Amino acid sequence: MKKQIKLKVNDVEYDVLIEPHWTLLHVLRDEIGLIGTKKGCDRGECGACTVIMNGEAILSCLVLAIQCQGKHILTIEGLVQDGKLDPLQDAFVKYGAIQCGFCTPGMIMASRALLQKNPHPSEEEIKRGLSGNLCRCTGYTKIIAAVQKASTTESQR
Amino acid sequence: MKEDYVNIAKRLPRIDGIVKATGEAKFAGDLSIHGMLHGKILRNPYPHARILNINTDKAKRLSGVRAVVTGKDTIGFKAGGISTVGDEPYLALDKVRFIGDAVAAVAAIDEETAEEALDLIEVQYEELPAVVDPVAAMNEDAPLIHDHAPRNISFKTDLSYGDVDRAFKECDYMREDRFVTAPIRHGFIEPHAALASWDHSGRLSFWGSKQSPYFTYRNMAKALNVPLSRIRVVQPYIGGGFGGKNEMFDVDFCAALLSQKTGRPVKIVVSQEEVFYAYRQRHPTIIDLKTGLRKDGTLMAIDAHIIADGGAYLSIGALSLYLMCAFFCIPYRLPNMRAKGYRVYTNTQPSCAMRGHGVPQSRFAAEVQLDIAAREMGLDPIDIRLKNALKPGETTPNGFKITSCGLEESITQSKRTIARWIEERPKGGDRKKKSGIGIGCYGYVSGPRMAGHNTAGAVIKVHEDGGISLFTGSTDVGQGSDTVLSQIAAEVLGVHLEDIRYGMVDSDITPLDPGTFGSRVTFITGNAARIAAEDVRNQLAEVAADALETNPKDIVFKDRKVYAARSPDRSMSFSKLVKIAQYSGAGKTIIGRGYWAPEGLEVPNFETGRGNMSAAYSFGTQVAEVEVDTETGSIEVKRMAMLHDCGQPINEMLMEGQLEGSAIGGVGHTLTEEIIRKEGQTMNASFLEYRMPTTLDSCKMEIYHTETRDDVGPFGAKESGEGIQVAVVPAIVNAIYDAIGVAFKRIPVTPDLVLSALKGKGQGEV
Repeated sequence: MKKQIKLKVNDVEYDVLIEPHWTLLHVLRDEIGLIGTKKGCDRGECGACTVIMNGEAILSCLVLAIQCQGKHILTIEGLVQDGKLDPLQDAFVKYGAIQCGFCTPGMIMASRALLQKNPHPSEEEIKRGLSGNLCRCTGYTKIIAAVQKASTTESQR
Repeated sequence: MKEDYVNIAKRLPRIDGIVKATGEAKFAGDLSIHGMLHGKILRNPYPHARILNINTDKAKRLSGVRAVVTGKDTIGFKAGGISTVGDEPYLALDKVRFIGDAVAAVAAIDEETAEEALDLIEVQYEELPAVVDPVAAMNEDAPLIHDHAPRNISFKTDLSYGDVDRAFKECDYMREDRFVTAPIRHGFIEPHAALASWDHSGRLSFWGSKQSPYFTYRNMAKALNVPLSRIRVVQPYIGGGFGGKNEMFDVDFCAALLSQKTGRPVKIVVSQEEVFYAYRQRHPTIIDLKTGLRKDGTLMAIDAHIIADGGAYLSIGALSLYLMCAFFCIPYRLPNMRAKGYRVYTNTQPSCAMRGHGVPQSRFAAEVQLDIAAREMGLDPIDIRLKNALKPGETTPNGFKITSCGLEESITQSKRTIARWIEERPKGGDRKKKSGIGIGCYGYVSGPRMAGHNTAGAVIKVHEDGGISLFTGSTDVGQGSDTVLSQIAAEVLGVHLEDIRYGMVDSDITPLDPGTFGSRVTFITGNAARIAAEDVRNQLAEVAADALETNPKDIVFKDRKVYAARSPDRSMSFSKLVKIAQYSGAGKTIIGRGYWAPEGLEVPNFETGRGNMSAAYSFGTQVAEVEVDTETGSIEVKRMAMLHDCGQPINEMLMEGQLEGSAIGGVGHTLTEEIIRKEGQTMNASFLEYRMPTTLDSCKMEIYHTETRDDVGPFGAKESGEGIQVAVVPAIVNAIYDAIGVAFKRIPVTPDLVLSALKGKGQGEV
């Protein structure tokens, strides 16, 4: 039986008709049309579907959409503010932290959640914070460096 | 000598960076067309079986199902990699040969319905004896996987140069070892995905995650039995490939066939679990290697015997095996070499190309054996490499012509790096933890010559605002080639990188291209882009010469300006020049064309092999420092250095990213990654159980590039980022050898292996 629910994503409220067993990832991508969140493994192992819910980085493939009512969900599409890239997006582009780009949205969302909790993470803290996000292209070096750069840029703002 | 470039040799952000950072870049699985159906593939659960019957009636009757197809709905085309003899149907015909073979596919209104329909398909199998071990598969009485291949040998190669037997008699030192490498996976995060739309004019439009889309373009026409002109292949962004997305697969074919059957667009996105057990892997190998040296360390001869487990189908395995064997001839001077290779069919996942393509396996064996030899002979492992390093101008016994070559410099530099690292080591520390440093060297191709089409093309269209559209047939799977090719065009035309709009592959529009493999894009397509830009420049120079009243040869294009060399102050903007060309008189359409392939290369005969297969070879030395915990057996790679010769880097930042990613991939290959199978069943078909490196496995990395420039490569560039993976594995294994005195001959080197080696220590190797 489908159920009508309200989902607040990137400050927009969506009325969506969903099956109770649908994941947040499925609803974001296939019902709301926010395809920036990537489906890599669909079982919580790669991190490509990471979004932020009430300030916490979560794997949207492991959360049912029906559990997300009343929560604030932030996806990669919600990071650009007034046409300006988030400092993390900017740093990822500028410092070569992107290659194929498939893990990038999840990686940036995991980094965003990390910086919100810990604005000046050490290298070790960044590594731990992003250890659930797989990337086969970069070897992570430039991703870690980009997060460090973004954390300094943000504190200057 | 550094030239005064505007776009070359600069650390420029990639042109697709912003859309990838915002999530706007669309990958195949992100695409949808109104009215689109969703497909799923039914896979065979037996290692080896005959299909007696498939009943799809129940599945077809399920509400929401629009079509069900099996091998009977096909013309029976079999893919064969680069071979003319095919062995791999996209939907099983009579037999299934590994757990994962596609036997049927469904199109339905949504994924859930398609999934449900799979359960309703009834397949009657007759199980056949299976063979999953390549050595057993070569026995006369082993079950035959393909009727055409006695002893299940899918391909064999027998290379012989010089006089190996005589050379061994003249050696002061010889040793023989057996090396074993595990099957590993490519590890791209984006699963295979395809969207196909067939219309009643007989046209098929196809979007798929294909790193070499023109393979799919050709095979799709053959498999659907339609003229090539009816097929259009369009490339979305590609979420990594590493060799595992070269070929057309069942997912691509089934999407197309189901679209043809239903008259509706059909999308299939396979699960990551399917990627793990039903698609490709790197060839696992058993390598028996004998090396002979003189007492001064001069390398005299190598004799190798390789058994490569090819899995159920040939794929591109003939080339894999050839490269594995032929690359014993590089990067050291080796007057006598013999390599016999057997690529064997087994009832397991098929093996194909993967970053470094065959060479990481054989180089692991050769480089580790060299370290054991050096130690036993009392020679320095670096000196022994320096002594034998190929130099510019040499020709290897199998005919590789070495032109630009920075190998010596990279080895010499590694000495300095190692000395510094030893100096920087913390004093004291945990005595249970042993540190060690090791090196490995490599040589690699910049686009191998293969039979068939080998040329890259580029087309450039000029816009009236001075913007440039650049089209090539090459894909960027993450390596940054869209950006590098754009930098090349921008440099020739004297504009800026942001002026270039890069058009991704659309087979209706973009030039034919062999594909993204063998590190060919920067080198070969880069030259095509350069030539296309020169064509545009020549056309515009005619116009500029008229306007500036000078000779076209004197026209300079720089910094979005055009002027006569002698009077730079009398310039006009590039965009104004384009407008003059387009608007004046009858007007001109400025379109540039370039195509290029290296001249004078020989198509190697993969069975006997001889000839120069690449117009340039890249070289390098990898250094790794490890710490081995002798209590737990765990190994940590503390830092690595990539000292390499890639000619003139076009974009240092992207090049570094390539090297770093390749090196960390190599860490996985050496220490943690292994597809574990039990009787043909993959036991670790998930990212959780198949351990790829995470951020926690990343380490400090240093990069040094030698002062080399290639005369043939565009702006002096050569291969970068693929070859280095070849040397990472032996560098780490040799570092472990240095740390605990055990030379491992099997990868991955797991903690279990380390602990049991330490217990039984004495022989110094495993």
